[in-house]
Amino acid sequence: MSFDINFIGILIGAIMASSVPLILAACGELITERSGVLNLGVEGMMIIGAISGFALMVVTDNLFLAVMGSMLSGLIISIIFALLTQSLLTNHVATGLALTIFGIGMSAMIGKNFVGIPGKEFPLLFVNLKESVPFFGPIIFGHSIILYFAFLLPFLTNYFLKNTKVGLIVRAVGDSPTSASNQGINVLLVRYSCILYGGAMCGLAGAYLSLIYTPQWIENMTGGRGWIALALVVFATWSPIKVLIGALIFGGITILQLHMQAIGLRIPVQLLSALPYIMTIIVLVVISRDSRKIKLNTPTSLGQIFYKEK
Amino acid sequence: MYKYFLRYVISVLFLLGISGQANAEFKVGFVYVGPTGDHGWTYQHDEGRKAVEAAGIKTTYVESVPEGADAERVIRQLAQSGHDLIFTTSFGYMDPTNKVAKDFPNVKFEHATGYKREHSNVSTYSARFYEGRTLLGHMAGKMTKTNVIGYIASFPIPEVIRGINAMTLAAQKVNPDIKTKIVWVFTWYDPGKESEAAQALIDQGADIIMQHTDSTAPVQVAEKAGVWSFGQASDMQRFAPKSILTSIIDDWAPYYVERSIAARDGTWKQQDTWHGLKEGMVAMAPYNSAMGSDLIKEVEKLQKDLASGKAHSFTGPIYDQKGNILVAAGSVADDGMLAGMNVYVKGVEGDIPQ
Repeated sequence: MSFDINFIGILIGAIMASSVPLILAACGELITERSGVLNLGVEGMMIIGAISGFALMVVTDNLFLAVMGSMLSGLIISIIFALLTQSLLTNHVATGLALTIFGIGMSAMIGKNFVGIPGKEFPLLFVNLKESVPFFGPIIFGHSIILYFAFLLPFLTNYFLKNTKVGLIVRAVGDSPTSASNQGINVLLVRYSCILYGGAMCGLAGAYLSLIYTPQWIENMTGGRGWIALALVVFATWSPIKVLIGALIFGGITILQLHMQAIGLRIPVQLLSALPYIMTIIVLVVISRDSRKIKLNTPTSLGQIFYKEK
Repeated sequence: MYKYFLRYVISVLFLLGISGQANAEFKVGFVYVGPTGDHGWTYQHDEGRKAVEAAGIKTTYVESVPEGADAERVIRQLAQSGHDLIFTTSFGYMDPTNKVAKDFPNVKFEHATGYKREHSNVSTYSARFYEGRTLLGHMAGKMTKTNVIGYIASFPIPEVIRGINAMTLAAQKVNPDIKTKIVWVFTWYDPGKESEAAQALIDQGADIIMQHTDSTAPVQVAEKAGVWSFGQASDMQRFAPKSILTSIIDDWAPYYVERSIAARDGTWKQQDTWHGLKEGMVAMAPYNSAMGSDLIKEVEKLQKDLASGKAHSFTGPIYDQKGNILVAAGSVADDGMLAGMNVYVKGVEGDIPQ
């Protein structure tokens, strides 16, 4: 196999497709964390999104409903987390972990009836251009609408946090909920919204897996991607653009190591399998060394319980 | 939904021991590693259980039992609750099965794909899946245009390596130019990883995708990319109707029925079973007509010869990657060598992960 320019284009296209669930989940979690809430339930919300999306696709035969339903179900189970941590003031870490365990168990139970059913073809856009444009074709064209959305999302998120009033409010709540509250900001409302938004994005990430990436339902099909998304947010020091870079590096090396194996490079396979994790951490640590920026981006009150004194 | 809920409640009650009153009726228990609806490994074992049930013997099963501490607990519960014969259907149940067998000398145990029979009430059984791989290799060698065969491998254990070698040898016989490219995914079941591996192999020029993993993801990727593929463990044809040339099917039913009846009638004896095409433990799904009737006839003949013993998957001369002779010309590999196979034959690219 020669490494011609078109082949590299195909490779980049495959890498982009594999990083979509990470980008979606991480961007959702980033907003949640920026408001000072640490939700470790990403994996659980993703898997619930995956089964809801797939189940709705089977039952209604409508992909639009399936995608919307997956977001809604991610949002609904994040309400449990919001109620517990924000209104009943439970510990964020413990509640988040419980949410993940709950999500995995719940999805397996719902999923019983949907195992072994072939998925439906998800429409891809500009498929004819993919073939006809050299190099750029497979990179830019022939993807699902969710992929395009995922690649816009980090930039939208960045703009939202830096340049909009609501974004500033979210950051203020994350940095000092007490001060924000004294300024008359409804901290609970902001945090609830951010948690619910995070849930919806995780649900969408799950649906991408069960409807587009590997169109079928399989128990535990998120395979730890939720945890990787969580780690990405931290290593990217809460910057959406760096989340995008991290997700692409992770997806890229995951795919490249498979190619290296297929070419027959004599590198230990175990090392190749560990490479995505190692490289992503190294790159993100190197590009995030500016301590002033880290201070600026880190939500100071992350994971702390906030309650308004009456 | 109701059916599954009921099943869940029943298994919970069962595990609590409420139904665990010993009674005289002969009962057979099954322990599964995955869900019965996985359309692969566990699905086929459950088909076998249904055949036992159809033969008039009462059966129980517990599904999705993780290999490890949980397995021992489940096997012990089955033994305690009056099961007379227990099939444990995954390699990782090997030690728990033997441990429980020690404490229940009157209960018979059958462990799939393992090799430990520490007590006289433990038998082991497995299938010669490699005979199926030989047929796949023949088809792959004839059908490939790029001469590159992509192989998604799970773990570097003899069973998997044997499959890779059997396939490569058969493909070389009909097409000396073929190359086998292997990607190790280190999982039995991860559709995301399996489909990425399939895609990588296709992008590397493979026009035949073969898997030793259990999900249907690789055949679906092959279908989309318009290359040929083969199903694993059960007939996966409906997941990739155009792409699948055939599937290797594990048929446990006759063995399960035979052993259950033997245990019921008191004729059960410890043994180590390794059955293949001949006994029907390995079967082939219908061949895709896209192969053309000549090739189908060839493959059917080879299948018959393998079953009758006229042909053997590992007939010498066979060389390893460095060119050392493994099996001399004119002889065939013995079962001991097959069971411990840990080198690639000539023509396979890359190294076995250590």
